[in-house]
Order: sequence, then C-alpha cells, then structure tokens
Amino acid sequence: MDQSVKISINDLTKVFYKKNNSVTAIQNITLSVEEGEFVCIVGPSGCGKTTLLRILAGLEQPSSGTFYIESDTDFRPLQSMVFQEKGVIPWLTVEENVAFGLNMRHLPKEFVRKQTNYYLKKVGLSKFSKLYPKELSGGMKQRISIARAFANDPEILLMDEPFAALDEQNKFILQEELLSIWSETKKTVIFITHSIDEALLLSDRIVLMSSQPGEIVDQIKVPLPRPRTMEQVRANLEMAEQFIAIWNHLQQEVQKSRK
Amino acid sequence: MHEEKEGKLYNPYEMEQQEWKKRQVKERGKQLLTIISPIFILLLWEICSRTGVLDIRFFPPPSAIVSTFFELMTSGMLWTHISVSLYRIAAGFLLGVIPGIIIGLLMGLYAPIRHFISPIVMAFMPIPTLALLPIIIILFGIGDFSKVVTIAGSVFFPVVINTVAGVLNIEKVHLDVAKNYGASPSDFFIRIAFPGALPVMLEGIQMGQAIALLTIVAAEMMGATSGIGYLIWTSYKAFMLKEMFVGLILISFFGFLFSLFLRGVQRKIVPWR
Repeated sequence: MDQSVKISINDLTKVFYKKNNSVTAIQNITLSVEEGEFVCIVGPSGCGKTTLLRILAGLEQPSSGTFYIESDTDFRPLQSMVFQEKGVIPWLTVEENVAFGLNMRHLPKEFVRKQTNYYLKKVGLSKFSKLYPKELSGGMKQRISIARAFANDPEILLMDEPFAALDEQNKFILQEELLSIWSETKKTVIFITHSIDEALLLSDRIVLMSSQPGEIVDQIKVPLPRPRTMEQVRANLEMAEQFIAIWNHLQQEVQKSRK
Repeated sequence: MHEEKEGKLYNPYEMEQQEWKKRQVKERGKQLLTIISPIFILLLWEICSRTGVLDIRFFPPPSAIVSTFFELMTSGMLWTHISVSLYRIAAGFLLGVIPGIIIGLLMGLYAPIRHFISPIVMAFMPIPTLALLPIIIILFGIGDFSKVVTIAGSVFFPVVINTVAGVLNIEKVHLDVAKNYGASPSDFFIRIAFPGALPVMLEGIQMGQAIALLTIVAAEMMGATSGIGYLIWTSYKAFMLKEMFVGLILISFFGFLFSLFLRGVQRKIVPWR
C-alpha cells in the first residue's frame, strides 16, 4: 500500500433490517484515499453514498468491514462533517456555530477566538458573526457549515451534498470558495454529490457508485490542473466526454433501479 | 413617468406611499379594537346594572366594584390576600416548573427513562390536582405548603409533556452535528437539548401559568384562611358580591400580567426564532 494513504476502507457493508425486510445500502466497499486527495462520490439517489459517509463520520455502525483514518497526532479530531442544508444550529450565533467543534473540545478561549475569526473572514461572514442563522440566506448558512468544519482542523473532511439545496449561481460561488480554502489547507476530502459538474470541478478522483446494493463500479481520475474554474471545466472537451460517460452510467443505474 | 388620472397627477411612489399610509391606519384601527373591547364590555355592564337590566344585587356596576377595591386596599386586608396568593403561585409555579423541565429533558433524551416514566405521567395527568386536595391537606396540612403543592402538581404536567415534545422535536441533523463534533453528555445537555427544547417548553410553561391561577383560586376556596380565592369564596357566602367581583377581576388581571411577562421572557431568551 502507498505510504501516503490517509483513509482506507475495507470491505464495508451496511444492511438496514426492518421487519423481515432488509436493504443493503452499501456492499463490499473498498477504497483508499491518499493524503490531500479530493474524492467525489457520485451515484444515483438512494445508492448509499450518504450511508457510507455517515459510517465514516461515526454516526452509523457498519454491518461488516472496517475503515481506518491515518493520524499522526492526538490533537486533531479524525474527521469533521459538512452537513446538508439544515446542519447549522439555529440557537447559536454565526460565530458560536463556527466555534462549535473547538468549544466541544474545550480548547483555550484565545485559540478558539483566533481560529474562528480566521475562518469567518475566509468565508466572508465576519460582519455577521453576532447574528443568528435565521437572518442569513441559504448560501451563507452553508458557508457557516464549511467554516465550522475547517476551523475544527480535522484529519479529513466529509461533505454530504453541502450545495444541493442552493441555487445555481450560489452553488458556483461556493464551489470556488471551497476550492480556494481547500487549496490552502490541502485537507483530505470525501465529498458526496449527485451533480456531475460539481464532481468534475472539485475532485481529483470520482468514485462512481451503483444503486441498491451500493457498490463502487468505476473510478475516474480528473486530470485537470488546479486552480480550476467552472469556465475551464465547461470549456474542456475531455471533461465534456467524461461528463457524458458518467451520465451514461448514471442513466443506466437509474433505469435499472426502476425495473 | 407621471400619469394623468382623474385630472390629478400621480406618480408610483406617491401611490405606494398612500397605500402604505392606508395600511398603517388599518393596523392602528385593529390595535384600537383590542383596547376598546374590554372597555366596551365594562361600559355595557355599567349601563345595564344602573338601568336595572341586570340585577344590581348580583351584578354591581364596575364603578362600585372599583370603589370597593380602594376601600379594601386602604383597609390593608386586600393587600394581605394578594401577597399571600402571589407567594403561593410563585412558589408552586417554581416547584412545578423546575422538576418538570429536568424530568422532561431526561425523558426526552433517554428512551428507557421515557418509557419508564411516561405511563406514570399518563396515569396521574387526568386526575385533577384539586380532586387530590383532601389527600394533600392530610399530608401537608392547611397551611401555605399544601396550596404550593397543589399548584406545583398542576403546573408540572404541561411543562413535562411540552419539554419531552420539545426535545423529541429537535431536528435529527442537530443531534448528528453534536455527535460528529464530539459533544460530551453535559455539553450536549446544555448546548443542544435545553436550547433546542426551549421554544416548545416555554409554551408548556405558559399553559402552566394559566393553570396555576385556576388552581390557586379553587385551592383557596377549600381549606384556606387567606388569599384571593378565600376572599372570593367568603365574600360569596356572605353575599358581599362587590368584594367577590374584586377578587375575580384581580385574578383576571394577574393572569393577563403573567401572560405578558412570560411572552416578554420568551422574546428575550429565544432570540433565534
């Protein structure tokens, strides 16, 4: 195995069992992610990609199989998750939300303040630090979620369709902001999406999943040099071919699950 | 662009401004109605009892009740009744609300506790605390404490039930966030469960407040020697209906005051809503 492997997932399976009826959400998932790699997992809805992420996030127990996140220090938490749209806690101010992970670890106040301010500034929310989330737009709320995860400074970041509920323009803006913060920290990221465009723009590697049972069916390297912009991805012919290839795959999967 | 309309010069801003003013006037009208309605009822009452439509012996005019209120106030008797009742309400309220919140949070957070305590709560809830008053008096005597316990008993249930509902209504994703970011049990309790349950919990407390007033009057009617309820009951038995009405109106006034107060508290401690 490679020296710089950050996440290794071995033969992970999760079955949901309910009243004589079981659904295999994911089956025999084996995947390794390198240090600093940005991996997007793409698949039709209901393919178990969120289940996989929740297992890595410690929110769900696998039925069988193991995973391991490489860590060389006790200081950092193993992982932090960026949740879908409602992950911001409404009774905490913007600032308190960003500081949430740090406060839960009871770090020194001064350090928490510095770290929080740094990431508030990064996502452009310094002015709004004392407000409650209800006063902010959906895009700004997702910025809080992203800042909270980065401020926690974990070994790896897990992102569960963080931009799915945003409008198209906001989505483009946040994707580029995410890339710019990420390029500074070079965190290892597993990012779940159903948007092919998003995957092509963000990731070093795309992992394609099939639906029910969710299995890895293909992996595609995205060789486009960084820093990338949406325009480059859209203008690149090779990317257009990739898009079609992935789309064909997804279409087949969707058709299959309908039968 | 200006448009000629019915011989007058209009522009869109002025039009909108006038619309806005009309809406303001309407809003003020609604507020006025809210203030007018109790005054209207009192006036109607006054006129009816003075003209003999209502029997003045049973329905003394509000003006006579007001003057009785001042007489009772200056004699110092009323003040004693009010302060005794307020003390009992406050003590009973706290004695019901605080355990209600704590037990409610524990029930909401821990399923085994919920399943164990739920049937007990369900079994006791339908019994009016007032029906238990004889037992409460046997246990705690006819002093202040038995009234306090009676009020606590009736305030407890709406608070407990709403607190449980409040905890169970917290969005699952917020629990996931707390877990993912490594919240300890105590942090989870303070930062997630309590504030998350607070809005629904406060509604239970509002209800509890109303029930406390209902209960105090009835509790003081049986086995008490002072308090607003005692005043109402003894005045009624002595056929001093003006004094009785003073008591009734005081209860209504305090109910209104407490509601306003709690709503103010709500706005202050739930600013994120």
